[in-house]
Amino acid sequence: MAKQHVMTTINDNAVEFLCDMHQTMLDVLRDELHMMGTKEGCGTGDCGACTINVNGRMACSCLMLGAEAQGKTITTVEGIAQSDKLHTLQRKFIEHAALQCGICTPGMLVAAKTLLDKNKNPTEEEVRYWLAGNLCRCTGYNAIVTAVLDAAKEMRGA
Amino acid sequence: MSAVVSEKKLKVVGTSPDRPEGVPKVTGQAQYGADWTLPGMLWGKILRSPHAHARIRKIDTSKALKLPGVKAVVTGADFPEQKFEYVGAARVALNFWHITRNVMAKEKALFEGHPVAAVAAASPLIAAEALKLIEVDYEVLPHVIDVEEAMKDNAPLLFEDMIPRGYTPEATKPSNISKRVDFKIGDVDAAFAQADEVIEAHFKTAPVHQGYLETHACLVRTDADGQAECWSSSQGHFAVRNLTAKITGTKVADLRCHAAEIGGGFGGKTVVYVEPVALMLSKKSGHPVKIQMNREEVFKATGPTSGASMTIKIGVMRDGKIVAAEGIFKYQAGAFPGSPVMNGCMCSFAPYDIANVRTTGYDVVCNRPKTVAYRAPGSPISAFAAESALDMAAKKIGMDPIDFRLKNIAKPGTPTVFGTKLAFNGFAETLQALKAHPAYANPPKGKNQGRGVAAGYWFNGGGESSATVSVNEDGTAVVCTGSPDIGGSRATTAQMAAETLGIEYERVRPIIADTNSVGFTQTTGGSRVTFATGMTVINACNKVIEEMCKRAAKIWKIEPENVVWEDGSARPAGKRAGEFPPLSFREIASKRTATGGPITAAASINAEGQAPGFTAQFADVEVDPETGLVKILRYVAAQDVGRAIHPKYCEGQIHGGVVQGIGWALNEEYIYDKNGRMENAGFLDYRMPVASDLPMIEAVIVEVPNPNHPYGVKGVAEANIVPPMAAIANAVQNATGKRINELPLSPPRVLAALDS
Ligand code: FES
Ligand code: FES
Repeated sequence: MAKQHVMTTINDNAVEFLCDMHQTMLDVLRDELHMMGTKEGCGTGDCGACTINVNGRMACSCLMLGAEAQGKTITTVEGIAQSDKLHTLQRKFIEHAALQCGICTPGMLVAAKTLLDKNKNPTEEEVRYWLAGNLCRCTGYNAIVTAVLDAAKEMRGA
Repeated sequence: MSAVVSEKKLKVVGTSPDRPEGVPKVTGQAQYGADWTLPGMLWGKILRSPHAHARIRKIDTSKALKLPGVKAVVTGADFPEQKFEYVGAARVALNFWHITRNVMAKEKALFEGHPVAAVAAASPLIAAEALKLIEVDYEVLPHVIDVEEAMKDNAPLLFEDMIPRGYTPEATKPSNISKRVDFKIGDVDAAFAQADEVIEAHFKTAPVHQGYLETHACLVRTDADGQAECWSSSQGHFAVRNLTAKITGTKVADLRCHAAEIGGGFGGKTVVYVEPVALMLSKKSGHPVKIQMNREEVFKATGPTSGASMTIKIGVMRDGKIVAAEGIFKYQAGAFPGSPVMNGCMCSFAPYDIANVRTTGYDVVCNRPKTVAYRAPGSPISAFAAESALDMAAKKIGMDPIDFRLKNIAKPGTPTVFGTKLAFNGFAETLQALKAHPAYANPPKGKNQGRGVAAGYWFNGGGESSATVSVNEDGTAVVCTGSPDIGGSRATTAQMAAETLGIEYERVRPIIADTNSVGFTQTTGGSRVTFATGMTVINACNKVIEEMCKRAAKIWKIEPENVVWEDGSARPAGKRAGEFPPLSFREIASKRTATGGPITAAASINAEGQAPGFTAQFADVEVDPETGLVKILRYVAAQDVGRAIHPKYCEGQIHGGVVQGIGWALNEEYIYDKNGRMENAGFLDYRMPVASDLPMIEAVIVEVPNPNHPYGVKGVAEANIVPPMAAIANAVQNATGKRINELPLSPPRVLAALDS
């Protein structure tokens, strides 16, 4: 079957790729574009490790087809830092030890950034519910929730 | 004896610096098992048995091999036969006849998901197509899932010739019981006869999966001369090397294994599944081969820890003294022998001074995936039963659960059921710390609310570790160890190196070297790394210091015995004291060429003197009478870590272990249909805790230093998962008046108990 030609924007760069119709966006990112930052934890939309931002909304890249990227604006974990400057969330994740193994971290960061883009001052409960689709087996979530709240605080200039 | 460096002198140990591999992990650059690729790489996929139990009559791979893009197919016949023998200490004995069959079935498929064949192809899609073309002729056999069922005389046998070990007189009839173990001190029957009260209860736990977010993945390349290289996510790349070499018939020195970044293990990545298969496929095809499991494969064919069926009996006097205890523990081993039942027998009553104890364990095979270590393997299971029964006993005589435990506490010198005497303090301090928590005085008072207390014990580990320390001309140092970093060990080893050398943490770069670049190092597990690998790093640093002092002596043209190392500098001492200004680490490092060449030291150790970890925890819960949902209102966990090298990571280990325990207590279980097929092999139906299920877990670090480690380390990663199941069951009892002795305490089960 002929491959699909897709033009999209990933982390502020115009990107073109060819993909099979069945290929998920996660597969395209990892296997075609060699962007290995986005992780697969389940492939069924249940863990959030593959979370990317598509047109301002959180999406599981394992549930999205590569072909659906056409014309979209996508951010992955590789696009969160500004050149050599870490995003506040990234710094706070390291500072608060919000990662142990770090496999959930790319998805967590993209999800948390999507939250803070919309809500500058979330409560602990809002953070916990927003991140409820992102599994972490290492941290028990304490440090992740703390890091997100602290990042929000610093970003508000409080 | 106290060789432990006093707290006052410490500069780096006891602080919480950023992790050295933090930036690659937050920017998506860190390379985990599935993130490695090579030119010409093929994709490997594994065909798995759809049956829980079946004889494999014939496998026809000819059609698959003809599919364009398929480069190799392997089956059990490709793997060399292994000798049937149990090797190594009883607690962790290996039998390669079993191990090779777990990697690839030979005569029989023993669980749904058991690998029966594998292919390597040019794309994942072709590999998946090829699997469908492999024809396996199965003779489906009756299966058995439940441990009690598997022990019955008429149960279907997984191995027709397996005679149970550990019976006197010796057993003669084949059975699914692989082994019986028993431990005893004192006169248990007489003590029960004298007890004021005797509590007896039966308990069941469900098998639970380690639940690491990263599925198993590896990349293997082979050369025509037999050499091979492997990148895989594991807790021990040396174990990967040794197991894979043996299973595939490769020379150990010819297999170079790299530790990929690991996306969680918790004990589950201490064995091999995909590496030997990828190696065989690579050998046959002449291409590098990558295999990455999907989540369903992880659930059906890896992990979990045992489910169990247990009976506990406790004899207690009215003043609170426990006089007798008995535990019968039946653990599922899964498809091959080797559950952690021996640990269960040893740990269950270990925190207590009980003169008369008997524990008996049964290791039982059944048609489920072979169990693998899970955080403090074996201990949480038996502790659920023992600590629930202790709660019943405390209630019966009307004592506070912490006071009850304090009254019966094991101290240095207390004999254990497994023969040795306890040699370390820590449990009393831990219980007292929990009791001193401000919330302890205020138990929840709302409707349907309650509190439960439980404690836990774990051996912690020592063992073999190696390290090399190399000094660079700019005064930095590279520390290579063989321990994959699963919980922050790069940071803690760098801290201990910096502390010992007397330089800043930022000047130490910790690296995990591959198996051909550093000495043998046992797997990261058993909470052994900060203790054992830490010690070998400290030893290597001390050798570097010795060499640095020699170099300073050379520069000063004085005798080396008149040089001491203090605060990161060499100083003239003795009769030379004060003759020269000190030379810093950096200054000596910069003069290495002129003073004798590279400064580097290697050290290896088989560390002994590890001290057990104690923990005591309480859970406050609220039970919804309409739905049966148990909500955790507050959770406090105190744990003796020896000394916290990195307090924040110690807390993180406690948070993580407790939350895994909460999942174990409330939701996680394997659900099988009548054909022995797992019905909930995904994160939607195998429900692990999510952020919105939980409050902040409160960790209380207790520090009773281990005198056998220079910085007092005991270990932190495991004991924390031992008490939550009992703590929560005790809390639910307290909240509702109903004791539920079977896990998980899922809404339907709680509701049924409320209605009973
Ligand atoms: S991999 Fe997409 S949600 Fe788990
Ligand atoms: S840090 Fe390991 S899964 Fe979150």
